[in-house]
Amino acid sequence: MSTDVATVPVAAAVPTAPAEPPRKGRGRLRTVLLGLPVPLLFLLVWHLGRAGEWELPFGIRMGFLPYPTDVAAGLANYVAGIRDDAFSNLLWEDLPASALRVFSGFALATLIAVPLGVLMGRFSTVNSLFDPMINLFRPIPATAWVPLVALLIGYGDQASIFLITLSAFFPIVLGTISGARQVPERLLEAARMLGTTGVGTLLRVVLPAAAPAIVNGMRVGLGLAWVILVLSETTGVPTGLGSTIFLARDVVQTDQIVVGMICIAVAGFLSDRLLMLVFRVLFRDRPLIK
Amino acid sequence: MDTEHLAAGRTADVRIAGLSKVYAGAVTAMADVDLTIASGEFVAVVGASGCGKSTLLRILAGFERPTAGTVEVGGTPVTGPGPDRGVVFQDYGLFPWLSVRENVAYGPSRKKLSKAEVAAVTDRFIAAVGLTRFAAKYPAQLSGGMQQRVAIARVLANDPSLLLMDEPFGALDALTRTDLQAELKRIHVETRTTVVFVTHSIEEAVYLADRVVVMTGGASHGVPGHVQAIVPVDLPDRDVTSPAFNEVKRQVAELVHTVPVAV
Repeated sequence: MSTDVATVPVAAAVPTAPAEPPRKGRGRLRTVLLGLPVPLLFLLVWHLGRAGEWELPFGIRMGFLPYPTDVAAGLANYVAGIRDDAFSNLLWEDLPASALRVFSGFALATLIAVPLGVLMGRFSTVNSLFDPMINLFRPIPATAWVPLVALLIGYGDQASIFLITLSAFFPIVLGTISGARQVPERLLEAARMLGTTGVGTLLRVVLPAAAPAIVNGMRVGLGLAWVILVLSETTGVPTGLGSTIFLARDVVQTDQIVVGMICIAVAGFLSDRLLMLVFRVLFRDRPLIK
Repeated sequence: MDTEHLAAGRTADVRIAGLSKVYAGAVTAMADVDLTIASGEFVAVVGASGCGKSTLLRILAGFERPTAGTVEVGGTPVTGPGPDRGVVFQDYGLFPWLSVRENVAYGPSRKKLSKAEVAAVTDRFIAAVGLTRFAAKYPAQLSGGMQQRVAIARVLANDPSLLLMDEPFGALDALTRTDLQAELKRIHVETRTTVVFVTHSIEEAVYLADRVVVMTGGASHGVPGHVQAIVPVDLPDRDVTSPAFNEVKRQVAELVHTVPVAV
């Protein structure tokens, strides 16, 4: 492991691409290299802890963990079916099912939160009407909703999407409210004197001026949607990254639990990138208000 | 400069009678202002800070309501902001997420015009302020003087009958300032749009205006802001170095510095 790290800068020092600006390249390489030791150490401690069946604080019994290599094999099986068991190739059923729930919930939350946030940010009457309810409901964790949702909606996709929508809603609405409040008065005056009225002002000035705050809220909301996914799939949906984690727990296949955790992390990360890509296509290189 | 000639635009007269503005907390910013401006006239309003000149302009724009008095533009009472009265702000007020072309097209696009008509109007006014080469840039990529040119083009493209300018060149360096003054003068000669121009600079006022309205007073003087005097500028050419020009300048300066007395 240490030899791998040591050889990289030597290889990079060989002037293979002289056209590249050396300082920038070296800076990026440095960032990558500095990012490596801690995760590698983590894997090492994990491996040693498993082998030595360490007992850590919090009563963590590392003997019950799979080896990192077991997780890697489980991941390969989940993705490409290298073993022949219940989890082989299952990712390609679970991921679309989970992603569909996350994006439906997130889209629904956005559709409600952005218009409401714009109105609340601009009109004190609307704000006074909805603000108490939002502050009342916001601190209720999604976990606390699960039993009630099970009774009201029952088990299945609807319950799952409802929980995701609920969780993603708050960061988006709060981001939109703060963005809509901070629109420079001068831009609203400019729009009005050019003949913009009512809804036009909201669409043409408030929305673009609040865009950075809305985007931030949406990113937090999408992240939260993935966080809530596992919980939302306790509502008895048959497929999904979360349901597979619970299935793995029931059959005591620890490596598969960790595989599920990794897949959710990667899916969450990739969907954030996807969202940013969508915004980049949407705004191109338009300068937005910081 | 690659500028284009402009066709005469719309124009309107302004009638202000008994205008007062009292802010909450009983600060009287302005009292009993009467002013009549003819169609096509260029009027500059000068005065010290707090004399109510910006308040007067904001009431004309419709951003603020007067406490008392009437304001009519082209015979219609002012009840709120509208596209018949274009405003040029000191800090430009351009939409940062729109390019120069999109900023200028903003007003025309709101009207019932075809795409080709909007494009034609937009291009004409961008050319009029000499920014054709920068049409695809965003405001933040331009200097202050260029941004103010965009703001002027944006307002003119909307074909206002009254142009309201609130210290528009106050944030610019001296050279850019004189450039833009000359350009504004040319634009006014071509469009004949009525202009109300608020400024701190007496020289700027005398250089640009047909009449200079001198306002004095304000909260710090214990007297509400009011019109002290109106000085007609009867100079055939505005050579800022000529004795005649400086005589008018001196006359206005004396009026600006008159100690206001309680009415």
